[in-house]
Amino acid sequence: MPVEFRADLHIHTCLSPCADLLMTPLRIAEKASSLGLNIIAICDHNSVENAEVAKRLAKEKGINAITGIEITSSEEVHILGLFGNIADALKMQDIVYENLQPEENDEEVFGMQVVVNEEDEVLGFNKRLLIGSTRLSVSRIVEVIHYFGGLAIAAHIDREGFGIIGQLGFIPPDLKLDALEISYNTSIGEAKKRFREYSHIPWITSSDAHKLDDVGRVSTGLFMEHSTFEELCLALKGVEGRKVIY
Amino acid sequence: MKLQELVDSLSLEVKTASFNLTKEVTGGYVSDLLSDVIANSKEGNIWVTLQTHQNIVAVATLRELSGIILVNNRTPDTETLKKAEEEGLPIMVSPLPAFELVGRLYSLGLRCQ
Repeated sequence: MPVEFRADLHIHTCLSPCADLLMTPLRIAEKASSLGLNIIAICDHNSVENAEVAKRLAKEKGINAITGIEITSSEEVHILGLFGNIADALKMQDIVYENLQPEENDEEVFGMQVVVNEEDEVLGFNKRLLIGSTRLSVSRIVEVIHYFGGLAIAAHIDREGFGIIGQLGFIPPDLKLDALEISYNTSIGEAKKRFREYSHIPWITSSDAHKLDDVGRVSTGLFMEHSTFEELCLALKGVEGRKVIY
Repeated sequence: MKLQELVDSLSLEVKTASFNLTKEVTGGYVSDLLSDVIANSKEGNIWVTLQTHQNIVAVATLRELSGIILVNNRTPDTETLKKAEEEGLPIMVSPLPAFELVGRLYSLGLRCQ
């Protein structure tokens, strides 16, 4: 019998230059636990370097922290890739890094990109321009995510900047997205009117948290057997009573 | 002004629908946010952008734009070329950055209208 799990599938850590430095995997795990979330996904910009630590810390609290990445396409559209294991996510990261614009991050302008350990200690700083774009098109990104067994989700489709509809006018009908994310800015009622034509694709709502207070400000209900990545895939497909609820 | 005159004056490289350069250009619009182009461009406008995704063809067709000029020598995606050819929509490429190109279009008398 599927039961309800609460998921916030878009959370940044201090690795994202635009995120608060207090967004360490440890604090995120504690916060998610205090909110009663069952599944979270760590989705930093164009990198997964804090995701493994987050996964271990969240597991101690009984939370499944899925390894994700928020990839910036050549059209400046944000696509979330969620993966079933770290190895696949790292392969995705390799491809993102190969295609990321070559400039270095300027900490003064964009912020620090901090890689940390389980005890909130700084292991190093990522030097890449994680806030930048890749040379990968939206369709290529979706293709590669699927090649590595991941879920491809169009991030914050209600946002003009970096949202797929804002950048590309509409969602290309042949793009095989697994879900669309509605940001906290738009209520589900409003989304149902605005995005009626995309109701054939499952929707999720997530926080896109860049600071601790924002973790879980909106979340998605998932009816599933367990809080695993595999079950999430089935829930998005609506297999055997599993489903997404808003 | 006809598209052909723009192609000649600005040495644009015509990538698609070269049979359709007799179209009248009513004015111009510059934007890389396609939702903005849908909202604000006008019929007959020439559209200057660096986006190469196939959706540019759909947006230009929807708004009945006269054509698209890609700046900075951007190469259109294969799907984009195919769809533009099917729709008879001229896509042209210029080596100039958008600022320079738009300056020249303005000098030729085109306005945002």
